[in-house]
Amino acid sequence: MGRYVLRRLLQMVPVFLGTTLLIFVMVYALGDPVAAFFGDRAPDPATAARIRAELGLDQPLWRQYVDYLGRILTGDFGTAFNGRQVTELMTSAFPVTLRLTLVAFVIEMGFGVVLGVVSGLRRGRLVDTSVLAFTLLVISVPTFVTGYLLQYLLGVRWNLVPPAVSPQAPLRELLLPGVVLALVSLAYVTRLTRTSVAENARADYLRTAVAKGLPRRRVVVRHLLRNSLVPVVTFLGVDIGTLMAGAIVTERIFNIQGVGYHLWQGILRQNSPTVVGFVTVLVLVFLFANLLVDLLYAALDPRIRYA
Amino acid sequence: MPEPYETPSDALTPSTVGKAAEADLVGVPGTVAGPDPTLAFEGTTGLGTGTAPDSRAAADGEVATPGPPVAEPGPGLGPARGLWQDAWCDLRRNPVFVVSAVLILFLVLISAWPTLIAPGSPLQCDLADSRRGSAPGHPFGFDSQGCDVYTRTVHGARASVTVGICATAGVALLGSVVGGLAGFFGGWGDALLSRLTDVFFGIPMLLGGLVFLSVVRSGSVWPVVGFLVLLGWPQVARIARGAVIGAIQQDYVLAARALGAGNARLLLRHILPNAVAPVIVVATIALGTFVSLEATLSYLGVGLKPPTVSWGIDISAASTLVRNAPHMLLYPAGALSLTVLAFIMLGDAVRDALDPKLR
Repeated sequence: MGRYVLRRLLQMVPVFLGTTLLIFVMVYALGDPVAAFFGDRAPDPATAARIRAELGLDQPLWRQYVDYLGRILTGDFGTAFNGRQVTELMTSAFPVTLRLTLVAFVIEMGFGVVLGVVSGLRRGRLVDTSVLAFTLLVISVPTFVTGYLLQYLLGVRWNLVPPAVSPQAPLRELLLPGVVLALVSLAYVTRLTRTSVAENARADYLRTAVAKGLPRRRVVVRHLLRNSLVPVVTFLGVDIGTLMAGAIVTERIFNIQGVGYHLWQGILRQNSPTVVGFVTVLVLVFLFANLLVDLLYAALDPRIRYA
Repeated sequence: MPEPYETPSDALTPSTVGKAAEADLVGVPGTVAGPDPTLAFEGTTGLGTGTAPDSRAAADGEVATPGPPVAEPGPGLGPARGLWQDAWCDLRRNPVFVVSAVLILFLVLISAWPTLIAPGSPLQCDLADSRRGSAPGHPFGFDSQGCDVYTRTVHGARASVTVGICATAGVALLGSVVGGLAGFFGGWGDALLSRLTDVFFGIPMLLGGLVFLSVVRSGSVWPVVGFLVLLGWPQVARIARGAVIGAIQQDYVLAARALGAGNARLLLRHILPNAVAPVIVVATIALGTFVSLEATLSYLGVGLKPPTVSWGIDISAASTLVRNAPHMLLYPAGALSLTVLAFIMLGDAVRDALDPKLR
């Protein structure tokens, strides 16, 4: 186990380097951060050159990248072009997004697994068909459409929940954004659980459990669910990336000042240090989340051993 | 298949299972998934997850080629019903497929000739009509620039359909060629591919799209297509690689090699027809995702840009005014959702038909 984790951590290093390099090249080589200072007007060449030198942008790209990596390792993500430390932005943004993602996560896991088990056990019946139709509908309506519709209906028309989120972002206000963020993933979790429950419901070990006279609840929770959750857990690793990226849309709709909001602002204003910094951290989160998911397999399925 | 096996060439991490599942979000994970991770299974693998490539291919082989190694030219032309004919018979009788196919045909038709049902120009607007509701001859009303929402909704289909189809074709082609060759030849190219896909999987699509497209000045569909292909191909490559590795181990491939068939013949004649199914499944499912992703990117202001007519742009423009003029949001949003729905249903139907394991 320890060796496996170590190997995975080592494998993560090239992936991390490659990913950050890709992002770095996209932002710094394809875009022109200095031109963004000047808006629509063409920059004065002398001033542009001075700013370039100040920010180290006149160095060759590989040099900039190496310098950047070196600074990251000491916890310095640079200064955004408006003078604020990127780390300062992060400390204010990440807790908010973390709360939002957690709300979404709880919703999608709770409802998704329950719906999936219910429909998987009644494959082909009315419940199953309606759950399937619901998931199809949810998957095909894009998040930003559901977001505006729910915000308009629940928040404005019927006044059930606050339509926008205050800067402190308490949990109560994050409920609706959480639902919006979770919906698509919820549909996927439901479908995954449904298929795998329906598949495992025919397994021998389940028949044995029923034949032993175990109560239905125990059969479903201990025997069926534990085996059926493996693909769902697999999905979660991918899903963390989806949630983080989806937060950009959700945070824009509900005006939540989290990671997505700052990232989007950074991209609009071509604020390169902010963009690269935030994306780097998000990629790290994503990689570690996937490692965690892989370790979770072993907990769910003792047949899986890591050498 | 229950006996423990080793991954054919490169040692892959268990996260491969997860990445493979991503490709198959709308369905059973692992049924079309690539190679299994280096897990040692003790006892049977009755688990509903990652089916070993060889088991999948074996199932394929049983269904697809009931007789001796396929000698048919191209997929399913012989007298015995192969996987393809079987799948086609299945599809024709599947109402989901029929409905989605008709819808998609209609969408393709109106994206090729939008003037068939909407003769006006989407860029011809009169500010005097700004935000008016539906009027005779203008069933969907007007948007805030005074453009006819119906005309714009019909004309917006072109961008979505073009992006969806071109991106999917590009991803499927690039991914299957690279992945297939890597799986076939193995060695350092294969190892490189595995690491490369790891890198691309480290970037969530929407995030990468936002960063990449924000530096692109052009507002046409091609940068969006290019980006989707750039970030999407590793997923198909992984599936194709797994499928090819599974097919290579089949007896008929060995037999063909023993008879002196060259690499090109092996790949095109024997492996391709038996490994292409998972790629098609993943690609059709990706269609809907790509359409949705394009709209989201356009909504965020980085994908397509005016004067390109696109649902994402229209929805974004309407979103701030939803309280006053909901019709501006509802019609393009409805059209977009319907399109994505049609593509996803098609993906579902194709997967059900091509994946023998689900029968």
